[in-house]
Amino acid sequence: MSTETLRRAEGRRFAPRIGGDVAGLLALLAAVVVLLGVAAPGFLSLSTFTSVAFQLPELGLLSLAMLMPIISGGFNLAITFTANLSGLAMAFVLQSQGGVDAGLGAIAAGVLAALATGAFVGWLMGTIIAYTGAHPILVSLSTMIFVRGLGEFLTRGGDISGVPGYVQAVGQGTVGGIPAPLLVFAAAVLLWAVVLSRSRLGFATRMIGSNIEATRFSGVPTRRSLTLIYMLSGLMCGIAGIVMLARFNSVRVGHGESYLLITVLACFLGRVDPFGGFGRVLPVAIALVILQVIASGLNQLGASQHLSTALWGGFLLLIMVVRSVWASRFLQVMFGKR
Amino acid sequence: MPSTADRPHADAGAPLLQLDHISKQFGGVKALDDVRFDIRRGEVLCLAGENGCGKSTLIKIISGVHRPEPGAVMLFNGRSVEGLDPAAARALGIQVIWQDLALFPEMTVAENIAFESNLGARPRLVDYGAMKAAAVRILGRLGVKLDLQAPLRTLPIAQRQIVAVARALVAEATLVFMDEPTASLSQAETDALLAIVRRLSDEGIAVVFVSHRLAEVLDVCSRVTVLRDGRLVGTFPTEGMTQTRLTQLMTGKTFDYAVQTRDLSDAPVVLSVENLSRAPDYADVSFTIRRGEIVGLTGRLGSGRTELALSLFGMAPAAAGTVTLEGKPVRFASNREAIRAGVAYVSEDRLQLGLVQPQSISDNTAITVLDSLLGPGYLISARRQDALVDDWVRDLGVKIGHPDHAVSTLSGGNQQRIVLAKWLATHPKLLILDSPTVGVDVGARAGIFAIVHKLAEAGMAILLISDEIPEVYFNADRILHMRDGRIVGAYVPGETDIDAIEGAVHA
Repeated sequence: MSTETLRRAEGRRFAPRIGGDVAGLLALLAAVVVLLGVAAPGFLSLSTFTSVAFQLPELGLLSLAMLMPIISGGFNLAITFTANLSGLAMAFVLQSQGGVDAGLGAIAAGVLAALATGAFVGWLMGTIIAYTGAHPILVSLSTMIFVRGLGEFLTRGGDISGVPGYVQAVGQGTVGGIPAPLLVFAAAVLLWAVVLSRSRLGFATRMIGSNIEATRFSGVPTRRSLTLIYMLSGLMCGIAGIVMLARFNSVRVGHGESYLLITVLACFLGRVDPFGGFGRVLPVAIALVILQVIASGLNQLGASQHLSTALWGGFLLLIMVVRSVWASRFLQVMFGKR
Repeated sequence: MPSTADRPHADAGAPLLQLDHISKQFGGVKALDDVRFDIRRGEVLCLAGENGCGKSTLIKIISGVHRPEPGAVMLFNGRSVEGLDPAAARALGIQVIWQDLALFPEMTVAENIAFESNLGARPRLVDYGAMKAAAVRILGRLGVKLDLQAPLRTLPIAQRQIVAVARALVAEATLVFMDEPTASLSQAETDALLAIVRRLSDEGIAVVFVSHRLAEVLDVCSRVTVLRDGRLVGTFPTEGMTQTRLTQLMTGKTFDYAVQTRDLSDAPVVLSVENLSRAPDYADVSFTIRRGEIVGLTGRLGSGRTELALSLFGMAPAAAGTVTLEGKPVRFASNREAIRAGVAYVSEDRLQLGLVQPQSISDNTAITVLDSLLGPGYLISARRQDALVDDWVRDLGVKIGHPDHAVSTLSGGNQQRIVLAKWLATHPKLLILDSPTVGVDVGARAGIFAIVHKLAEAGMAILLISDEIPEVYFNADRILHMRDGRIVGAYVPGETDIDAIEGAVHA
């Protein structure tokens, strides 16, 4: 047990700093880039960077939404549909104000509507989890079905398209050569890193993830914290919803559905403890880049759409095997056998 | 109390197990250094020493988990058993019951007792009939009745202990190690377990007993082998041995045990409890604690003492009665309110409730006072947190590697100091200590109580809950006795003899 606890202790540092986990992931990223660069001529190009930069933020924002619940020992399975519903809320506001001709005031109202929708769905989930003690998987799964159904009812199963140019710029434009959605994602990463490592809520999230009863006995308001964790998760879904709406110039319920389990994978690849209590934002962000680079690289290899999914899965299996073998060797060398 | 000397087997025959020149090195650390150990058939022997003295390493060598360094002599029944591995040790009948018991909570009592006897059977099917029969036979030998079909998790810890003993017997044990078997048992349950240990001894099974509770060690064992810092201090007959002397041998230090009551009847009242009731836990409880006073609250497990403590801490509201804190009536809706009002509660369950075990020493210390650590932007200031933790670690003399290490890596005594630190950081007026020395070494206990006495000197009101009478007798100014949810006696140490209190509580 002692190596495990040592590893866990090592995994958490108060001040964000470059630890072994980050170095390991960066090495993995470098290896992946080199491998794909050799295998696919033309992989090391600006167009690859651009495609990664535009595709990463959606998955990335959703992964951040998944991260806090996982560290608190829970789950949020409703993230993708919450993002859809948030995008829908914004699209409705814009449509009512003239669609593609909507003004800046309408856009601001739309953004607020999206954030409020996401936060409300999260608050609802968090309240139920905190005050009834129901399992987060069950609560978020029920919420997912409810939110999806609601969205399908509101859109009659179709999609709503046509947003003003300013909004499209958030999804498709660049600022100083850097894709705008990437900037949104970077800001979100920074915000989450601060919340998780420096705020009382982040502190409570880790403690709750390890032992909620001991945390409550210490005087931490565990119910309020749990409610806030899911509310912030929902808020992040709202941001993801806005970016998705902006990028595709439309919103459809079910868009990004396949991201759900990949966000979980990104968290675990980013060294988040599947049992809660430990996890940092930076390693997860790097893990996301790795996942996206592999996906883009496989596209460029010219593999068929369907085969590339299988290749992607195979690659991930390989990473997991290598990582766990490497990790256990490393720990043995570091701490000796106990 | 039956004398240990006149029991059969105690002195009979040649040694069952004889070890000499046992050393064990882990990296640069010498866990055991040239230790000698022997035990006879049917003997009950105590292995005593503080945490880290090498007890566990010695047990692991005897049970084949670790190999000793070359030069060791190991004789079982006079035959050399060098190169012992776990399977071989089990074949010789050497069984270890670790403190965590290693039972299967979801399986029934019968399955837990007899599943091992079923391993390797042909055909590869589970023979429930045979398992049940084996369980019945063993429990009969122990003179215990248990519901064989009950899932283990529904059993209280004391009965699980018995299941673990029964499982060892199924495997035809000749030598049983029991690691802290009584750590979480009440006195009555301990007595029942000790009766079982005596029964094993009468059957010719040798028992090695590891315990921090010295009274029961002296009661049940015929000899005690003391280790300190990996070296053998010696093996002594328990006849004529006192707790004080044994503590001295284990720690190498002398501790004074003396009643230290003070008359504080002039000091202002900090806590006043009147006719507090909460069915079915306790009823009509009234008492006061004055500034600087240590009030001992004793009684068996289930007497309502922990529930009373939780009510004072705002976690189990009382149905009737009043609680007054420094002259103001209080009614806490949550433990947050209680903490804010100046009440701190050190839980009896350090593993599950006292500390967030996997998290760091630093965070576990700071968890109660996050609000005071906020810097710019409502963010926790790393500098303030580090300063807070450094201060408390130094003030309470906690031995730690690094504040970022998991708190679970600390010894029991040091963990308890971190618990104290996190509560003292809230500057409480009333400190409730619920069984504060469970799983804490003898030497470390003295250290904990030294801190407690210093706090009392500084004016803190302290409620000390314990079912170990000597603990309250030698530390409290007054003792309250709780039974079936009511306070049935009040004593002043020194005025009433300790044996009289023991008699009243364990009657």
